[in-house]
Amino acid sequence: MKKNRNQCGRRKERWFSNACLIPSLVGVLIFFVIPFGIVIYYSMINNPIVKEYVGMENYKNLMENEAFKRASKNTAAFSLIAVPLATFLSLGLAVLLERNIPGKSFFRTLFLSPLMVPTASVVLVWQVLFHKHGTVNQIMEMFGGDSIDWLKAPQGQVVIILMFLWKNLGYNMILYMSALCSIPRDIIEVAELEGAGSIYQFFHIKLRYLSPTILFVFILSLINSFKIFREVYLLTGSYPYGKLYMLQHFMNNTFQNLDYQKLSAAAVLFSLVMIVIIAVLLIAENIFGKDVEN
Amino acid sequence: MTVKRKDRVFNIVLTVFIAIAALAFILPTVLTIANSFMTSNEIAANYGAMFGNMNGSEHTFISEDVNLKFIPDKVTVDQYKSVLIKNSDYLMKFWNSVLLTVPITLIQLAIAVVTSYGFSRYPGKVKSIIFFAYIILMLMPYQVTLVPNYLVADKFGMLETSEHLIFKGAAKPLNVFCMMWARRAVILPSIFSPFSIFLLTKVMRRVPVSYVEAAKLDGAGEWQIMTKIYLPMCKSALVSIGMLVFIDYWNMVEQPLILMKNTTMHPLSVFLSQINTGDVGLAFAVGVVYMIPTILMFLYGEDYLVEGITYAGGIKG
Repeated sequence: MKKNRNQCGRRKERWFSNACLIPSLVGVLIFFVIPFGIVIYYSMINNPIVKEYVGMENYKNLMENEAFKRASKNTAAFSLIAVPLATFLSLGLAVLLERNIPGKSFFRTLFLSPLMVPTASVVLVWQVLFHKHGTVNQIMEMFGGDSIDWLKAPQGQVVIILMFLWKNLGYNMILYMSALCSIPRDIIEVAELEGAGSIYQFFHIKLRYLSPTILFVFILSLINSFKIFREVYLLTGSYPYGKLYMLQHFMNNTFQNLDYQKLSAAAVLFSLVMIVIIAVLLIAENIFGKDVEN
Repeated sequence: MTVKRKDRVFNIVLTVFIAIAALAFILPTVLTIANSFMTSNEIAANYGAMFGNMNGSEHTFISEDVNLKFIPDKVTVDQYKSVLIKNSDYLMKFWNSVLLTVPITLIQLAIAVVTSYGFSRYPGKVKSIIFFAYIILMLMPYQVTLVPNYLVADKFGMLETSEHLIFKGAAKPLNVFCMMWARRAVILPSIFSPFSIFLLTKVMRRVPVSYVEAAKLDGAGEWQIMTKIYLPMCKSALVSIGMLVFIDYWNMVEQPLILMKNTTMHPLSVFLSQINTGDVGLAFAVGVVYMIPTILMFLYGEDYLVEGITYAGGIKG
């Protein structure tokens, strides 16, 4: 009897905790959900004044838009390289820092420090490093390489990948370090007694416990990879070299022209892609992560 | 014995490797700080090639190469003097950043406390569905969320605002609220961002039921349970999450670019990208001034920050 009451709570108490959700729900509805409904509506009419239903035509136009194609291709190419790198390099760092090396917490601080530093503050240094006559080119010339005008060449992707890793590796590393700490010690000890080497331990024990974290870091890095516009914008402005033209550039420039149909169709399309990606990753976690969840 | 020695050698190699990697991570920051103590002539000489014609650089030799320098020839605080005293533009933009970031952080946290309490007390099916929807919203990139935000801002005339300072005399400090109100196009959607709710709910779910039961026996109501039990137990989590939110919005570029037509209200982060052609001589010092709040936060509360990051851990659970 008593247990039952505790679970359900008295009516008034439940009412209070439900009411607590209201301010946030109202805000989310007003600023995100309801306008997103309008965005979906806008994506299917010809213009906000005539409001004639045109079905998928806006989407078709969007797909045929050269700027959109280039922007999504560049963004996809960037994410495909940067996200796995961010996911696994930070895992590597966390595993290395788990070993007994001197100055561990100092190194942790250094790796985390880019998180603190606003990108805008250091963007000049990046410009100096990767200028046509800049430091990286000087070093490359010293070793007999050819200089590249980094920010105006296809290799510009390398620069923004480096900036992305610089900014995000520390954060991901912390997530892994805490996950590594929470692996039950006794399992590792048993493995050690049985003579398992550290490589065996890593792949057969630790990796399994880490899989939810790997998934989370992956999603987080993916989300952050869509923010790379910030770095490109600060480095090169609204109209960068072709390979650096990102989806957010496309959105920004479409905002300037107030082309609601294109914008709406792009937002809806992108949200669908995101939902599919997240769903696939969550299903993958359900399949692979099950055996260690308690 | 040999195994141990091999281990030791491996550890040394590893330490050196990590040290080099760590140095690379701190390098851009250190360079920015070091360069902020140069005279503007020296900056023109070193980096002039990057920006073409520069003011006051006619009698300075500009090499074609861009020379990255660690240590200034002559250490001065001239750049800082210009940034902080002579030219009020930068301080204004800094103030713009404060006017956006501080209210967003504080109000987002306040909403998160109440909402997370709602999510963690009496969990049920409906609540978990809503919570999952919040996670999806949290994972949506700006390319998706800024479009609805823009529609709302446009509908309610928030895009083109200016500061009407209506308070006079002794009430002048209240004008801060007018300034924030002028920035509502960015502030309002940001305070409802579900990020801190997501983290704080995870923390609040760990509050032991026995505490709540005990308080109830003593006659505490729901409001008291929230303020006297949940809130004190989440104090350090609130600090950590607050730091993460602050850093995120201090660094923001996308939202003001789209939601604020009035460029005089743009934060320093956006303004810094336009600095390049004009006052390059000052840009390093401005950059340093801009990173001071977050750096201080980091030095003071690194452990809080690390704790805050680890609350996330995974999407579920």
